[in-house]
Amino acid sequence: MPDLPTIWAGLLALAVFIYVVLDGFDLGIGILYPFLDDKPQRDLAMNTVAPVWDGNETWLILGGGGLFAAFPLAYSIVMPALYAPFIAMILALVFRGVAFEFRWRDPAHERHWDRAFFWGSAVATFAQGIVLGAFVQGIEVEGRAYAGGWWDWLTPFSVTCGFALMAGYALLGAGWIILKTEGELRARAYRLARYAGAATFAFIGVVSLWTPLLSPEIAERWFTFPQLVFVLPVPTLVAILGGVLIWGAIFHNDYIIFPGTIALFALSYIGLGIGVAPYVVPRAVTIHEAAAPDSSLVFMLVGAVILLPMILAYTAWAYWIFRGKIDENSGYH
Amino acid sequence: MFSGLDATILARFQFAFTVSFHIIFPAFSIGLASYLAVLEGLWLRTGKEVYLRLFKFWVKIFALAFAMGVVSGIVMSYQFGTNWSVFSDKTGPILGPLMAYEVLTAFFLEAGFLGVMLFGMGRVSRPLHFAATLMVAVGTLLSATWILSVNSWMHTPAGYSINDAGQFVPEDWLAIVFNPSFPYRLLHMVLAAYLTTAFVVGAVGAFHLLRDRWNREARTMFSMAMWMAAIVAPLQVVAGDMHGLNTLEHQPAKVAAMEGHFETQEGAPLILFGLPDMEDEETTHRIEIPKLGSYILTHHWDGEVPGLKEFAPEDRPNAEIVFWTFRAMVGIGFLMVAMGLVSLWLRWRGRLYDTRAFHRAALAMGPSGFLAVLFGWVTTEVGRQPWTVHGLLRTSDSIAPVGAPAVGASLLAFIIVYFIIFGIGTWYILKLMSRGPEKDEDSDAAEAPIRSAGTTPAAGLAPDEMIEKPLEGGS
Ligand code: HDD
Ligand code: HEM
Ligand code: HEM
Repeated sequence: MPDLPTIWAGLLALAVFIYVVLDGFDLGIGILYPFLDDKPQRDLAMNTVAPVWDGNETWLILGGGGLFAAFPLAYSIVMPALYAPFIAMILALVFRGVAFEFRWRDPAHERHWDRAFFWGSAVATFAQGIVLGAFVQGIEVEGRAYAGGWWDWLTPFSVTCGFALMAGYALLGAGWIILKTEGELRARAYRLARYAGAATFAFIGVVSLWTPLLSPEIAERWFTFPQLVFVLPVPTLVAILGGVLIWGAIFHNDYIIFPGTIALFALSYIGLGIGVAPYVVPRAVTIHEAAAPDSSLVFMLVGAVILLPMILAYTAWAYWIFRGKIDENSGYH
Repeated sequence: MFSGLDATILARFQFAFTVSFHIIFPAFSIGLASYLAVLEGLWLRTGKEVYLRLFKFWVKIFALAFAMGVVSGIVMSYQFGTNWSVFSDKTGPILGPLMAYEVLTAFFLEAGFLGVMLFGMGRVSRPLHFAATLMVAVGTLLSATWILSVNSWMHTPAGYSINDAGQFVPEDWLAIVFNPSFPYRLLHMVLAAYLTTAFVVGAVGAFHLLRDRWNREARTMFSMAMWMAAIVAPLQVVAGDMHGLNTLEHQPAKVAAMEGHFETQEGAPLILFGLPDMEDEETTHRIEIPKLGSYILTHHWDGEVPGLKEFAPEDRPNAEIVFWTFRAMVGIGFLMVAMGLVSLWLRWRGRLYDTRAFHRAALAMGPSGFLAVLFGWVTTEVGRQPWTVHGLLRTSDSIAPVGAPAVGASLLAFIIVYFIIFGIGTWYILKLMSRGPEKDEDSDAAEAPIRSAGTTPAAGLAPDEMIEKPLEGGS
């Protein structure tokens, strides 16, 4: 039976992963926006996510709030350390979030809100990638506080991660459009998926080779027993998934790209997790050092155990209501 | 632009700025979500088209306000970490779980059912759609409950102990959640949200009555809003009084600042107006009613009321601010009561729909709820200074190890983005409001084939929902 901090680390990791997949596809659609034809395609693409984006973003609040609650020390170190990317991310999310509504309210300025949607999605994604990169790279800590400089987060590695995440989200977004639409837009999404897919795989390769070079500790973690048992099959599985995705893209199997991309994200995420655990601030603060007292963790766990299944159930219900391909002519409004 | 200011001042200003923008939207969406549920419920029960048209009109405005509430709220939840990391580290074990519960019980509920509420008409059965609307309304109320518990704990901490690392750790969760000021603050804030919405709805109704006094939808919403004002505004005065008595018990310095009392006195006067001066430690130019202050606060004419001089100078909140914001809020509260009373009288005389002067007054009172909410929060929060956790953690000890340039730059970014985005959003809301329900639904029908989205559940409704509105009221 794992102890409470470990359970909470697992739950938070799961929440962040759900966030990455769910908001990943609607941020991805934003990133692909400039590559869609004008009005009809963009309307349609946005309509595929309009009823669900708010729920998707809520997982981000759970991730941030959960870190605050379960590992307050980590939250109070990571946030100031990554000050600029976090501020950029929330400001970008402001633009992206209001664009969903404002776009329909003001046809005369629709293009401006399309741009806000694109830039909001792109900057938020890039900032998330930077956060990820800077996090993996390590954060300087002294006592109970961040002790590095204001620009520590900005390195070639973190910037690469920023672009990598953009490619990955774009692929998720294309996969989602393929799943939800027909005709022209779907065909366009297949084309976009090819570019995004190629870029994603290239970035996965680069980042995977780069990560163990960042610190001997990560290398050691990856390449020793027993972690090695989990790490070794990863490249093979990634290669197999690559094959599956290419197959789906060639034969236009609508139900392959999206789930395949999710699996790809899962594999990368596991690799990352092995490199980071048991730290919550890599190589500075462990899960146990940062954890809130058990009384806090138990209090929350009771709620999480009861509420998370309910949340998953009604979220699934909401997705179910808007299931299937969107009809190009009528929309569902 | 912000040179010479230290990081703490800038971070405080940033918090005040962003939270003030944020609270505007919840104050409206909490009330509006409940109002929408009432409208849809009335429509399902009575089958009257006017309720459906009002629902469809207000749901569009709700969607805009809600989107702005969400994005400004995300800023808040991350700001605790970026600017107030020491605060986060110390209070995380207590406040974190409460906020986590807010996410789990409220935010997911709102977000999960919002899509169905906005886009689901025609996709799900009517009762299911109504259930979704109800869930959204319940979600906003749950959200208010948790966040106000968090905020109240910072004013009246309870059920905690302090560990070796200097963190507040939970001892008794019930005592934490139901801390002494929480019930009063929750009641006062929820009533405030309902009043805010009522006066906005009333103003929109009045605006359209001024154009056309036979407008059916305008009459219905105006009447509903004025019932709310007549009933809820007096309740709010009572709730506010109880809140104040509770504050006197737990945060006497705050009450002394609100009242402008520097000396502790028995039989203290009620200072109506005056100029509190923190340096000279007195309130000059007073207009006062003898003994009434003691009576209100202690319910005895000769009760003892503490003054600011009881407290060390570094522990005093700034009376120059809270004295005025408190009066502004209370003044608006009494104006609201007056509106409610006049509406009852006009209703009794059968002139509610054709007293133009009253409609103009209602139009002018449209933003009053927002102002009262902001004045109220400034009173509460500035009155808590210099503490973040009252009596235990100073604001100056809560700040993150951030540099003034970083906070200043982000503050500037927030100011620019907020004024642009929320300014435009407010403009869109006002545009929708001035078009009004009736015209709007007609033009929707005309646009139906080309408009493919938005939050308008226009197409896909059952035919009986499209029936022309009955000619009524003699137009
Ligand atoms: C009395 C009510 C109240 C108060 C004092 C606050 N909020 Fe709020 N908040 C709400 C009532 C609310 C709401 C009604 O639930 C909102 C408004 C619109 C919405 O989407 O939900 C919301 C939205 C909202 C969201 C987005 C939720 C979503 O995606 O649905 C976040 C993260 C926060 N808030 C966080 C905060 C924080 C950190 C606050 C403390 C300073 C705060 N709120 C004050
Ligand atoms: C939503 C309406 C609210 C408004 C308009 C508001 C207003 C303010 C203002 C004006 C300040 C600055 C006080 C000063 O520096 O003199 C402040 C500070 C602060 N408030 Fe609030 N507040 C609100 C709600 C909350 C809530 C719900 C919380 C807790 C969750 C909260 C926590 C804080 C914190 C942490 C600070 C910063 C530290 C400080 O200066 O005390 N506030 N708020
Ligand atoms: C005349 C009647 C009113 C009285 C006597 C009154 C009293 C009070 C008091 C004493 C506080 C400060 C409590 C504290 O800091 O501990 C407060 C806060 C507040 N008031 Fe009022 N109030 C009145 C009317 C209103 C109205 C009409 C609104 C809005 C529509 C409003 C909204 C608020 C808000 C949002 C707060 C801050 C949150 C809180 O602490 O509850 N008040 N009020």
